[in-house]
Amino acid sequence: MAATQAGKRGRTGRFAPYALVLPGWVWLALFFVAPIASVVSMSLMTGSLGAGYSFTFEVGNYTRALGLYWEQILRSLLYGGLATLLCIAIGYPVAYWIAFKGGAYKTTYLLLVLLPFFVSFVLRTISWGFILSDNGVILGALKGLGVLPADFGVLNSATAVVFGLAYNFLPFMVLPIYAVLERMDHRVVEAAHDLYAGRVQAFVRVVLPMSLPGVFAGVIMVFIPTSADYVTATVLGGTGNTMIGKVIQTQYLVNNAYPLAAAITFVLMAVLLIGIFSYAKALGTEQVMEVQAR
Amino acid sequence: MLGLSTMTAAGLALSACGVEGQGGESATAEGFWDGKESNGRLTFANWPLYMDPDKPELKAFTEETGIKVDYDEAIQDNPSFFGKIQPMLAQSEPIGYDLMVLTNGIELNKLMELNYLAPLDHAKLPNFAEHAADIYKNTSYDPGNRYTIPYASGITGIAYNPEYVDREITSIKDLWDTAFKDKVGMFADPQELANFGLFYNGVKPADSTERDWIDAADALQEQRDKGLVRRYYSQDYIQPLSNGDIWMSMAWSGDIFQQNAEQGTNLQFVVPEEGATLWSDNMMIPFTAKNPVDALMLMDFFYDPEIAAGLTEYINYITPVPKSREVLRDKAAKASGEDKEWLERVIDSPLVYPTDEDYEKLHNYVPITSNNEEKFAPLFLSVSQS
Repeated sequence: MAATQAGKRGRTGRFAPYALVLPGWVWLALFFVAPIASVVSMSLMTGSLGAGYSFTFEVGNYTRALGLYWEQILRSLLYGGLATLLCIAIGYPVAYWIAFKGGAYKTTYLLLVLLPFFVSFVLRTISWGFILSDNGVILGALKGLGVLPADFGVLNSATAVVFGLAYNFLPFMVLPIYAVLERMDHRVVEAAHDLYAGRVQAFVRVVLPMSLPGVFAGVIMVFIPTSADYVTATVLGGTGNTMIGKVIQTQYLVNNAYPLAAAITFVLMAVLLIGIFSYAKALGTEQVMEVQAR
Repeated sequence: MLGLSTMTAAGLALSACGVEGQGGESATAEGFWDGKESNGRLTFANWPLYMDPDKPELKAFTEETGIKVDYDEAIQDNPSFFGKIQPMLAQSEPIGYDLMVLTNGIELNKLMELNYLAPLDHAKLPNFAEHAADIYKNTSYDPGNRYTIPYASGITGIAYNPEYVDREITSIKDLWDTAFKDKVGMFADPQELANFGLFYNGVKPADSTERDWIDAADALQEQRDKGLVRRYYSQDYIQPLSNGDIWMSMAWSGDIFQQNAEQGTNLQFVVPEEGATLWSDNMMIPFTAKNPVDALMLMDFFYDPEIAAGLTEYINYITPVPKSREVLRDKAAKASGEDKEWLERVIDSPLVYPTDEDYEKLHNYVPITSNNEEKFAPLFLSVSQS
């Protein structure tokens, strides 16, 4: 009797780990594999909404996607990259300050970083349109004082788009860097000082390398969504600032050119994946794993 | 955000169903309506702010007919609404709405081409027959009103802000004048943008050929290359125009009327001498509707001059029922104070009741079908999106 029960428990035990990861696999299959398979198969189809689409292994969609929109793809990577750099430049000191100097108010400061997130993303971007307006609160006042020439403008330019992107995704950079810095053993820094490292040396040779996994996570979390973003460039951009996300949206919803749109989507995804993996390689895969483990 | 989720949904739906394109069979009016009866209710999909929030028109309809109306401001723009309903219509499934309002253009053409719309039974549209103005009775996009009748119309023309522009604007050519460098707003929509390029070249959109489209795109590209265009707007051009980020822009008549009336701005709206376009938002019934008879009754109800007048008083777009103006005049005569002022403003505005001269300058859109769409849209998207 007892033996059978033990045997039963053993058998369940063997399957338990698989059962436990099952939700993860189902989630991945449903929300990652299925959509990607659908995008890839759509990107190789021909036809129209009226006549229906059929799978013809049409590679031409890809050559068209690249031929027509290479400029917007490059532009998106450039804007995303610049916004990511801006986020590091602004976000790192913020995270550093909160982690090391925040004291008892760390949570408050973090909440302040997150506070803008309680307002809709689109709404915040639109309000930047008001703030940056040619005769708005800032430029209007500066023009009134004679600091800026009357025809000076920021809105509807690449500058506005890059700053808008950086603004919208800043917390995604601050949080992972903060998480790493906050857990850092401060005695390591003290040890550096004991070994005659100045403040700069201690930062460059000790703190910075140890915080790189946080920066890496931040870069991924900022670079990918900013490169694919279409709201910010639509609201704050002008002529010549169209990003690839907007092109994809237009091809899907305005032109109903589903195969072409799917091809652009997949090209963008491939470019981003290749970019991320070469970046991971350059930085050392160990650190990537470390980030993933967190 | 909304757009992204819609498109994934569309992609999934398409791949899931093996991507069928064809719709219902081309049905005749008689065949479609055989055996259909009023069910005492219907659902109505419309655009935001396209009816007084208290819905007096729908209340009147329910009072008169006993039919209950479920009103849903479900339509934000034509392409994404089309993207939402297309997969369901392709499966011959109900879309959840019995009556919907879409603008003339590519999506509406596709709906008609794919036989996704119920053919109208004009015997049941007596108000329409009696009260609709001629121009709305035989539109270029739906000859003989086989599937649609207009809900409201508007003009795409030029609006400018006289605070910054110190001369009278009369011509499409003004949008190409380098004196307004970086201060011109154009529309991102390929059809709207194309129309203005065609007018610039002296071509009527409805008669245009492929050659004309290429020339129009060239003219628009030249306008862009000269640095005139600040941005290609989807619809948020009013605020920049009011605060001087742009000085003149392609514009919709109703927007300008409302902005001036509500915000006290003095924006000027012009029907340029080369011409402008008249567009219509049209009521139609999807062929899978569960309550088509009730929907048809409501469609006709909007052509009662009293009802049309009430609607016009609130939405300030052009009504297809000219008689509504008399109704509003009677009402203004009895009203006083602010109400009277408002009513007179609506009655006298050429933006709500265009003059005959204006009507003569108004044109239809380029007729786009799925055959020529691939040659049309990319030309103009490459101007606005590169």
